[in-house]
Amino acid sequence: MARLLIDEEACTGCEACVEECPYVALEMKGDVVTVNEKCTFCGACVDVCPVEAIALEKEEREGEGLDLKDCKDVWVFIEHKKGKIANVSFELLGEGRKLAGALGCKLSGMLLGEDVEECAQEAIKYGADKVYLTESPVLREYRTDAYAAGAVNLIKRHKPEIVIFGASTQGRDFAGTVATNLYTGLTADCTGLDIDPETKLLRQTRPAFGGNIMATILCQKHRPQMATVRPKVFAMPEKDDSRPGEIIREQLPIGEDEVRTEILEFLKVAETVNLMDAEVIVSGGRGVGGSDDFAVIRELADVLGGAVGASRAAVDAGWIPYEHQVGQTGRTVRPKIYIACGISGSIQHQAGMKTSDIIVAINKDPEAPIFKIATYGIVGDLFQAVPMLTQEFKNRLGR
Amino acid sequence: MKIVACIKQVPDTTDVRIDPETRTLVREGVESITNPFDEYAVEEALLTKEKYGGEVHVITMGPPQAIEVLKNALAIGADYVYLISDRAFAGSDTWATAYTLAHAIKKIGPVDLVVCGKQAIDGDTAQVGPGVATQLGMPQLTYVSKVREIDLDNKRIVVERMLEDGKEIAQSPLPVLITVVKDINEPRLPSLLGIKKAAKAEIPTWTIEDLPVDKAKCGLEGSPTEVVRIFTPEPRGGGEILGGELAETIPLLIDKLMEAKVIK
Repeated sequence: MARLLIDEEACTGCEACVEECPYVALEMKGDVVTVNEKCTFCGACVDVCPVEAIALEKEEREGEGLDLKDCKDVWVFIEHKKGKIANVSFELLGEGRKLAGALGCKLSGMLLGEDVEECAQEAIKYGADKVYLTESPVLREYRTDAYAAGAVNLIKRHKPEIVIFGASTQGRDFAGTVATNLYTGLTADCTGLDIDPETKLLRQTRPAFGGNIMATILCQKHRPQMATVRPKVFAMPEKDDSRPGEIIREQLPIGEDEVRTEILEFLKVAETVNLMDAEVIVSGGRGVGGSDDFAVIRELADVLGGAVGASRAAVDAGWIPYEHQVGQTGRTVRPKIYIACGISGSIQHQAGMKTSDIIVAINKDPEAPIFKIATYGIVGDLFQAVPMLTQEFKNRLGR
Repeated sequence: MKIVACIKQVPDTTDVRIDPETRTLVREGVESITNPFDEYAVEEALLTKEKYGGEVHVITMGPPQAIEVLKNALAIGADYVYLISDRAFAGSDTWATAYTLAHAIKKIGPVDLVVCGKQAIDGDTAQVGPGVATQLGMPQLTYVSKVREIDLDNKRIVVERMLEDGKEIAQSPLPVLITVVKDINEPRLPSLLGIKKAAKAEIPTWTIEDLPVDKAKCGLEGSPTEVVRIFTPEPRGGGEILGGELAETIPLLIDKLMEAKVIK
């Protein structure tokens, strides 16, 4: 079992580690620091100690799953719906290209579905050298059992070094199952990926504690190294229609009778909520005051071709359905432009939107916390400012 | 029905702030709470029991003080609670956590339904639910916003899943693991009697010796991933407040937004 070792002789009692510990696991006992049972062995204290008085002792053991030395190539899971590839998969092909470049290996797509060869061609045009493809009527719709069986089969046969997935609902449902099956590491919701130039390991950086801290995570002894990545973290790559690529087909190892779940129906939401894909989100909060009043928010979103978001206060008040909620207990979004109207900007709301490129805050209260993170702020009544914005955008855009 | 809810004690991130000077987490007054999504999980377990009969078991893995979240679960009506706690489990990543929880669920016995919150608010991974399902060899239905029906005779469940662009109606045989979103119910508050009862309850603790686990797969050593660096992100500085009359500031704001070349 792992232990945190504190050299009491070396410890100067500077308390730098006590400050740094995210888990409140270090405390002073007299002049030296001691560790309590809250320690998760994250190692933050080891890095910060100026006199190297703290060390993390862990028993070395061999990893299971795929053999490290057999693994090569970077794979991207090509997520699609009815033959249309999700934007995040293109973004990951762009980033995967860079990772493959740093490792000097090939970039491959992993594609599962029914009659999806066109998607394979499309993935090649966006940067894949190869596409590992499994087609079957059983894969017509995404279901965990069928897709996981297909992916585990492809990964075991062709042994990638790295597999990255979009952090969509599907990607997160799927990747968690695949990683558990393979006994390998999976890092959720990464916002940064790069290759360590010395060890050639994938450095996976992700926010935790509602975005208040960032953690860099490695998977040293298990393969493949797997991560999910939020949409819009990486740029769309250029499409090149002339790029050649190879398609490698494998059979799905299971039949319909082995898939336990069944999709009975899909109810598309009447209003386009898709907050994950939206470049622009206009959100309303407590200041909107009622469900009818959300019309001003919707009008601005419509003019901008954006999605409508909401704070928890507006959702809990019943003014707008939960699907629109942005924040800790709703969705985490990352649009290019986020316009917060009548939202005070609690820490929970910020956790869901503070990595947006540009944040605009419109609020009556000049002390509202949202202004502390806003790129541009307007102190004023949203019922005056938002319709004016809508009108002015209409004029400029000729709509 | 035998129903298990998996819950986690997390720091209340409402209170988590970064000291702008030292750029470290300010810990004073940071309370520990039940992960909000797990409150919906416990509530759904209780509602299911009330409708279909059975018993609700609640488990958590964590340090000894995690017993508090189990007391809350007892106070609102859980029948049995178990704390899974051992220094040997410390440092578990999502793989090792799912592995350990799955073995605890096996120890509870043959279950019909496992309910988890969709994710925890400290780690935000949403990986432990699918991990537990896979370790148990159970099907999973994630992001559940409504349980439409449970057919105990035919051992089937029908749920609504909240996806990005709509709702999927899906069915699965029992036993199944579901992860739930906030919309699914309204968690109840404990009664005074419940709180008193919970305060007096003896809560069993299961250590690594109590579970039929491969010790090499637990805790930090059993975890494929490791955190190598923790840092605070660059603070997002407050930007520009556009002051003055709206007739002037609105066109100015639009100029600035058009520069980003996102709006076409």
